[in-house]
Amino acid sequence: MSLVRFYLNNAQEVLGLLGQHVLLVLVSTTIAVAIGVPVGILLTRRPSWRRAVLGLANVFQTIPSLALFGFLIPLPLLGGIGARTAIVALVVYALLPIVRNTYTGIAGIDPAVREAGRGMGMTDGELLRLVELPLAASVILAGIRVATVVGVGTATIAAAIGAGGLGVYIFRGVAVVDDRLILAGALPAALLALAADGLLGLVERRFAWR
Amino acid sequence: MTAVLEVRGLRYELPGRGKGEGGRVLVEDVSLSVAAGETLVLLGRSGSGKTTTLKLINRLLEPSGGEIIIAGRPATGVAPHRLRRGIGYVIQEVGLLPHLTVEQNVGLVPRLEGWPAARIAARVRELLVLVGLAPDQFAGRRPHELSGGQRQRVGVARALAVDPPLLLLDEPFGALDPITRAELQREFQGLEGRLGKAMVFVTHDVREGLLLGGRVGVMQAGRLVFLGTADELRRSGHPEVQAFLGAAA
Repeated sequence: MSLVRFYLNNAQEVLGLLGQHVLLVLVSTTIAVAIGVPVGILLTRRPSWRRAVLGLANVFQTIPSLALFGFLIPLPLLGGIGARTAIVALVVYALLPIVRNTYTGIAGIDPAVREAGRGMGMTDGELLRLVELPLAASVILAGIRVATVVGVGTATIAAAIGAGGLGVYIFRGVAVVDDRLILAGALPAALLALAADGLLGLVERRFAWR
Repeated sequence: MTAVLEVRGLRYELPGRGKGEGGRVLVEDVSLSVAAGETLVLLGRSGSGKTTTLKLINRLLEPSGGEIIIAGRPATGVAPHRLRRGIGYVIQEVGLLPHLTVEQNVGLVPRLEGWPAARIAARVRELLVLVGLAPDQFAGRRPHELSGGQRQRVGVARALAVDPPLLLLDEPFGALDPITRAELQREFQGLEGRLGKAMVFVTHDVREGLLLGGRVGVMQAGRLVFLGTADELRRSGHPEVQAFLGAAA
């Protein structure tokens, strides 16, 4: 009950932090899609680059998130204190699932379907637009969904470098050893992750063709 | 009658792996011609090069040698995708795009060609009627909602969409049950006469070949070892031809 009272008393602050959190995830995932999908497509055209690119994305994934935030702070342009640094870090984490799923989604299409498209007289661009992307859409969206859900969780750490978001309550709660305060940040973050998962899952199902 | 398709000395060699080392030759010295209204059947075992020959004609594979002339123009004179839009191509089973409706599948090449929507819609209805599918019933369905026979009918309709002079058919009835297969063969015979297209029909089924082809070519190990009418085929003493006739008897 006391949690409800906490939210009522701090409604404005809670909504502000929630908004920051959503914005962090939305902006970083959008950027990651804008980079990751074209890179994934490129890998299907240049299979010899696959190992190196996916390997690099994998290495980024293994850096502990708090450490990555810390590493980024002293960097010029990308770094510093605040939302920009947090977004850079979140993009780095979101890239791997998006690039990998775009690649596997397109590479997994029955070669006979691709050949049928070419046999009808499609150019490379038409094949990509009319056959490969629609058929790979559900796999690509699954990657975006994973990236988003992971992003919601990772974004709580962004508070450590002054980017705001729901992590502010968690860090504050940890600092003053207040469970209620930790929960006040963790609970909406978890619900946000579930909501993103459910919503993107719905979109994903629209693109399942069989 | 002038030939719609003229193939001379066609050759295809798999790209070699090492330097200076040639790959395996899949098609060697194939020459044939097909006139408007004529169906040439290419008969052969799997791996004999018949499918490869079809793919060389529409340049899904680039010939290593020889000449292909379609409607008087060399096939190498245009961009491959432009060439292919002018050639109907029917393949076994997976030819339809699973995420598109019947209507969108049949109207795909006209759409690529930039036809106005109304003209595409009218053409699609006309074609569905031609292949024996009621447009109102089938236009909105997706391929997985069709039977194998219906899918092949849609495949034929799609190949005819922009009224190409040449049709390539790669075992179009290969995956069908015997009854549906016989039904489609009969209807196909009817279409052959009405359409006046030049067709190359690949199959490994002698009976189908004799039924549908005005002339039959037999391929073995990448070469065209026999080319002639059905009667000539029956009289031929070539061992591969004999093997095929023996298998059908």
